[in-house]
Amino acid sequence: MEMNQYLEVFIEESKDHLQNCNTQLLELEKNPEDLKIVNEIFRSAHTLKGMSATMGYEDLANLTHNLENVLDGIRNEKLTVSTDMMDVLFAAVDDLEEMITSIAGGGDGKKNVESTISRLAAIEKGEVLTEENSSNALQVKTEVSYDQFEQTVLHQSLEQGYHAYELTVALRDDCLLKAARVYMVFEVLEKVAEVVKSSPTVDQLEEENFDQHFTVTIVTKEDASFVEKSVMKVSEVEQAVAKKLDIAGFQAEAEAAVTILEADVPTAGAEVEQSNHPTVEKEIPKNQVANKTIRVNIDRLDVLMNLFEELVIDRGRLEQISKELNHGELNETVERMSRISGDLQSIILTMRMVPVETVFNRFPRMIRQLARDLNKQINLEISGQDTELDRTVIDEIGDPLVHLLRNAIDHGIESPAERAAKGKPETGTIDLRAYHSGNHVFIEIQDDGAGISKEKVLDKALSKGIVTEEQVQTMTDSQIYELIMASGFSTAETISDISGRGVGLDVVKTTIESLGGTITIHSTPGEGSIFSVQLPLTLSIISVMLTEIENEKFAIPLSSIIETAIVKNEEILHAHNQRVIDFRGKVVPLVFLNEVFDVNKEAEEDIHSVIIVRKGEKLAGLVVDSFIGQQEVVLKTLGDYLGDIFAISGATILGDGQVALIVDCNALIQ
Amino acid sequence: MTVLVNDLKVIVFQLLNKEYAVPVQNVQSIEKVMHITRVPGVPSHVKGVVNLRGVVTPIIDLRTRFGIEAGSFDEHTRIIIVTLDGREVGLIVDSANDVLDIPETSIEPQPNVVGSIEADFISGVAKIERRLLILLQLDKVLENVS
Repeated sequence: MEMNQYLEVFIEESKDHLQNCNTQLLELEKNPEDLKIVNEIFRSAHTLKGMSATMGYEDLANLTHNLENVLDGIRNEKLTVSTDMMDVLFAAVDDLEEMITSIAGGGDGKKNVESTISRLAAIEKGEVLTEENSSNALQVKTEVSYDQFEQTVLHQSLEQGYHAYELTVALRDDCLLKAARVYMVFEVLEKVAEVVKSSPTVDQLEEENFDQHFTVTIVTKEDASFVEKSVMKVSEVEQAVAKKLDIAGFQAEAEAAVTILEADVPTAGAEVEQSNHPTVEKEIPKNQVANKTIRVNIDRLDVLMNLFEELVIDRGRLEQISKELNHGELNETVERMSRISGDLQSIILTMRMVPVETVFNRFPRMIRQLARDLNKQINLEISGQDTELDRTVIDEIGDPLVHLLRNAIDHGIESPAERAAKGKPETGTIDLRAYHSGNHVFIEIQDDGAGISKEKVLDKALSKGIVTEEQVQTMTDSQIYELIMASGFSTAETISDISGRGVGLDVVKTTIESLGGTITIHSTPGEGSIFSVQLPLTLSIISVMLTEIENEKFAIPLSSIIETAIVKNEEILHAHNQRVIDFRGKVVPLVFLNEVFDVNKEAEEDIHSVIIVRKGEKLAGLVVDSFIGQQEVVLKTLGDYLGDIFAISGATILGDGQVALIVDCNALIQ
Repeated sequence: MTVLVNDLKVIVFQLLNKEYAVPVQNVQSIEKVMHITRVPGVPSHVKGVVNLRGVVTPIIDLRTRFGIEAGSFDEHTRIIIVTLDGREVGLIVDSANDVLDIPETSIEPQPNVVGSIEADFISGVAKIERRLLILLQLDKVLENVS
């Protein structure tokens, strides 16, 4: 179908709108009085409705429509925001998200949303009831209210010579199958007229969510009595009254409504006034921003990156050739080209940077839900969400952060009662911050909860045999805290659904390390803990130390290197069948890379080139033949045919077009 | 009256005086020998990896894979880059210089002679004029090394 080309745009934009709904709903929960927020959500929902209807996703359009009705109620101050209502709204947005995900995954976007719709409808109906209580006079007038679109339709049909009627149909009290009768009435109406709107809505009518009568707004060329007669032919219809609709009176009516509300609730009046304006004002700046960015498919960026990498390799060759030829003009041109491609490289790399916001965005909703599930009060503070990371890192970092946050809520923050007893505010605070420092990005999760109990951690670690009594003596506080990330460790007394699922923090640690990052823990008992994640800016281009063993080249990531050293044969000591050296007062085991990687070595040498690498607190010395130098390289995978190879994390292409393997230092340090 | 015969288009390559064939749709390109970077800790028939226009591609030595004595590379040695299920792998062969249409009727199942390891990798043989072509079963050849 023709729609295919728009599908991608539709999915992207829908996701944006849903994200907006989510964020704004959370805002709304904090400031239930702020009608600007409601307007914002309404706009998103409205756009979504329009888009999904165009694309033919009925369920999606239907649900957004109902969502819109409720929002409209809030906007017009017919409904007041309550927690229950927020739950239903959130549930509706969740359903929408599920449908969009299904569409994105190639599905048809269909989902049974009846329960959510009926809940929304129930809320909307609540509106009618409360309204009845407040002012009966108003209810008669605005029993059927029309939005702008419907008003336009009515206006246009009038201009074309149609009449508009509000037809009130009453069914007999003993009518059993009300929905069936409604259906028949509609069938009759559709023959003689166009139905513009019904009150209650068609869905409610189908579910028999109404008393004995309902009102339908129609436009027709027939006169009122003919319509009445046709409808009366349906059996069990007691009465049908068509009332001519006074369209010119809409505006006056709306104004009157405001006046009445103002008279009724003088304090709320000011807000009603305000709420009418921001809708117009806010739309203008939004349009201006929209044109500054374009959407580019990530695959295309990857292709661009790949092509550029090839260019970099050829650049290397060209530089070499021009050096050999030593031709003045050629040298100049090559130099210029190198400079330009250097600029190009930084632009392409920044193009792949994504703000962490895209990951952080989903956390407020999650925290809210978890806090409710666990009966805790939690305030999530996010800062530095515009810090940028390469999208390869962004893609991977979400799950570990979710885990850490769940952990902070489940194990960190105490229950309100406990907190009150300790003299803390009942609402716990979780600080999620991201910032940039050097070649790294730090993401920290700080809670003001109970902190980590060193004794408990040690008891557990000892009983599980993760550490020995001896080791404990020499451990620093942060080393002890880091035990909770050791595999086979879980401090939760009772295994909860939230974070104690057996796969504990060790998974988080592994994931972060596989990204080339580290995680550290600081904690003060009674005051809370900080989990600090350090991540490299990018995964696709890394700095390495290029080394040579015989004729083979190996690259060692600079991030794990502490320093390089030259070691004489007699400085090598033997301990526990292992060769070690004394490095600045520390005993460091040596790893002979030629043995690990089966390189045929001809002669034993007296002097060894050693690279000291680090994994957490542990050190090791990697022995190579010679150092070539430091270089920025593009990380490539070895592909799935070769699978996992011990101590090799990937490959890279050097300036001369050869492939060099990248050493995985973490695997070499035990 | 002509009978419609489905022809199989193949790339023909040599390996120790025998001729082998792979379907042309599985062949990405044929390359001259380039620098191969050895990868430690993989089976002996995996020679290493090469830089194939920016993509790191694993290379299999078909001689070692078939248990034939290894030969040294000369100017005829080629690397046939094949694709199967999205994987790209290079096969080192003695030479590759022919593209042929094999009529379906001339393909016979492999003879029931057990003798060499390579029998596991063969899907059939084709006789064309005086040549005997051995059809490779690529999925077996590329079966996971681990």
